Amino acid sequence: MAYTEEELKKELETKEYEYGFYTDIESDTFPPGLNEEVVIAISKKKEEPEWMTLWRLEAFKYWKEMEEPEWANVHYEKPDFQAISYYSAPNSKPKYDSLDDVDPELLDTFKRLGISVDEQKKLSGVAVDIVMDSVSVATSFKKTLAEKGIIFCSISEAIREHPELVKKYMGSVVPKRDNFYAALNSAVFSDGSFCYIPKGVRCPMELSTYFRINQAGTGQFERTLVIAEEGSYVSYLEGCTAPSRDENQLHAAVVELVAMDDAEIKYSTVQNWFPGNKEGKGGVFNFVTKRGLCEKNAKISWTQVETGSAVTWKYPSCILKGDNSIGEFYSIAVTNNFQQADTGTKMVHLGKNTRSTIISKGISAGKSQNSYRGLVQVHSRADNARNFSQCDSLLMGNECGAHTFPYIEAKNPTAMIEHEATTSKIGEDQIFYCNQRGINTEKAIALIVNGFSKEVLNKLPMEFAVEAQKLLEISLEGSVG
Amino acid sequence: MLKIRNLHASVEGKKILKGINLEVNAGEVHAIMGPNGSGKSTLASVIAGKEEFEVTQGSIEFEGEDIDEASPEERAHKGVFLSFQYPVEIPGVSVTNFMKTAINESRKAKGLEDMPAKEMLKLIREKSEMLDIDRKFLSRSLNEGFSGGEKKRNEIFQMAMLEPKLSILDETDSGLDIDALRIVANGVNKLRSDDKATILITHYQRLLEYIIPDFVHVIHDGKIVKSGGKELALELEDKGYDWLKQEAAV
Repeated sequence: MAYTEEELKKELETKEYEYGFYTDIESDTFPPGLNEEVVIAISKKKEEPEWMTLWRLEAFKYWKEMEEPEWANVHYEKPDFQAISYYSAPNSKPKYDSLDDVDPELLDTFKRLGISVDEQKKLSGVAVDIVMDSVSVATSFKKTLAEKGIIFCSISEAIREHPELVKKYMGSVVPKRDNFYAALNSAVFSDGSFCYIPKGVRCPMELSTYFRINQAGTGQFERTLVIAEEGSYVSYLEGCTAPSRDENQLHAAVVELVAMDDAEIKYSTVQNWFPGNKEGKGGVFNFVTKRGLCEKNAKISWTQVETGSAVTWKYPSCILKGDNSIGEFYSIAVTNNFQQADTGTKMVHLGKNTRSTIISKGISAGKSQNSYRGLVQVHSRADNARNFSQCDSLLMGNECGAHTFPYIEAKNPTAMIEHEATTSKIGEDQIFYCNQRGINTEKAIALIVNGFSKEVLNKLPMEFAVEAQKLLEISLEGSVG
Repeated sequence: MLKIRNLHASVEGKKILKGINLEVNAGEVHAIMGPNGSGKSTLASVIAGKEEFEVTQGSIEFEGEDIDEASPEERAHKGVFLSFQYPVEIPGVSVTNFMKTAINESRKAKGLEDMPAKEMLKLIREKSEMLDIDRKFLSRSLNEGFSGGEKKRNEIFQMAMLEPKLSILDETDSGLDIDALRIVANGVNKLRSDDKATILITHYQRLLEYIIPDFVHVIHDGKIVKSGGKELALELEDKGYDWLKQEAAV
């Protein structure tokens, strides 16, 4: 019998679960600082083969020579890279003994997002009773995938078990020296996911529910590699709607997608890292490099809902190398209070008849700054390349900012590039209209924002679309006084 | 049902209503007429609780309860409905979704559970059939790209869905051609009942040929200067507003 996502969901609702693929490492944390020894120690701690250690060291060498980029429309105090600890065991000890010890505000948010009590415990770091069945959920899930030849495991496991694939593809889309943060990640990445879909296989479930369970334990420097062989299909969701109160201030992840001929990868993200408090203190810096490579007739879709982090720097991109390949980017970025986001995409058209679509929805409230930055590049041999971009901004209040930085470089005269942009403000008249129909202001804003974001929300897998909607609501609470 | 006593209201320090007295009982239809800028629409907004208007004197009582301090949504929950002169657009929110939210928010305020989907669909079907509304219309974004007639019809549809006790129709006839006017008026007439009341705010007598009022009031310079039966509307049509202005000045 095929194991469907629906069944898995049911099972997860009724059963406790454990992290599926983390091996137990004794809880320990490296002292702050970064040098070659630290890089070697990380690699050793993870029992990596020598080629991986050398790979990391090479990345570290590049990183030392690089400078932190300053072109983004964000302002923050640069992190002191020598003051950060670059390794801590993923399964650290529970912070609390029971939910009663956890910040009630956080619990309230969990409840409103519809997160189960067990998951609440996991996410807020409360000790969970071990249930015997827990391993079986993960095992049966893995079994279904294995029957199809799909590999879905942690990147550490992949380095040990599937070195030929990792060697071939890691760094093939985002090279070690691609940029400052990518180089740093390449040197010190903690863990992440690896996914391989064999030729002609359609992954029977969203690789999402399972991943979400894992999310609570992922580290600061995540590394993800997804490979879809010829004619295969996979839909992947990372992240979690639950607020992540992470102690780590700096997050620098790298995600690489490889879509071979006729393959399709759908990659959806919901990011809700701690955005800092209402005064703008604290909060996560999120500097992410995400890129996908499309071979002939391949398609990559990025969908993202970004509501968290104090500073976001993120441009999920598509290299449309093969002829007739398709790249898509759908984004909702919400900033409130003192948050800053500089996010968008790059669509690089190399092959003939390549197409790309960009739909970006920026919502700014409070004193936040929200920027869309996008590059559409058509190379000389990319005949008949087409792009459509639409960037809409919604402003709430008088103190926030919305910015759009579109870059267009076309070197082929047959290219067709369209760019549309709108900026609107939630009006008092709209609010009063809703109020008059019995809808309070908070709910009215949620309704208007959800309407504004609908085109992108529709691209998310169903169950996450519902959660994402609630998340937008919560993120913008109290933003209109 | 509605008792307004000596109501004074101003916006940004400018006095607009200067002592309105009005009593509306269940089952009645009142028409409020008057020249542009006399305060008709302000009266509608003040009853609905729009915050930019400041009530400086007087009181509004609804169903025996003082509602001066109530928020617009609380008034809506009690059964006050305003059909807007210029309904706003909410892109990406379908008419159905908007109505679902409105109905469930009102139910929540009364301590009721959300209306079951099946019941909601039935209600939508009933009301849209009654008002001759194409179902496709209901999945469109609220008021976005609607013609003037569609916007007003949508207001009446919402009124039918929410089943308010008191409906205030603010210039519902403006911008409508004669066919659209007839459709909207038919809808309003179908919704008339003994336990509900309607206030029609209009500039022209035209609407009153289709919706026959029990009472007609004329507002001038923030006050009701004349009240009467439906004949008053005809008289106004004949003579214009000037004679009332002069009368008021005396």
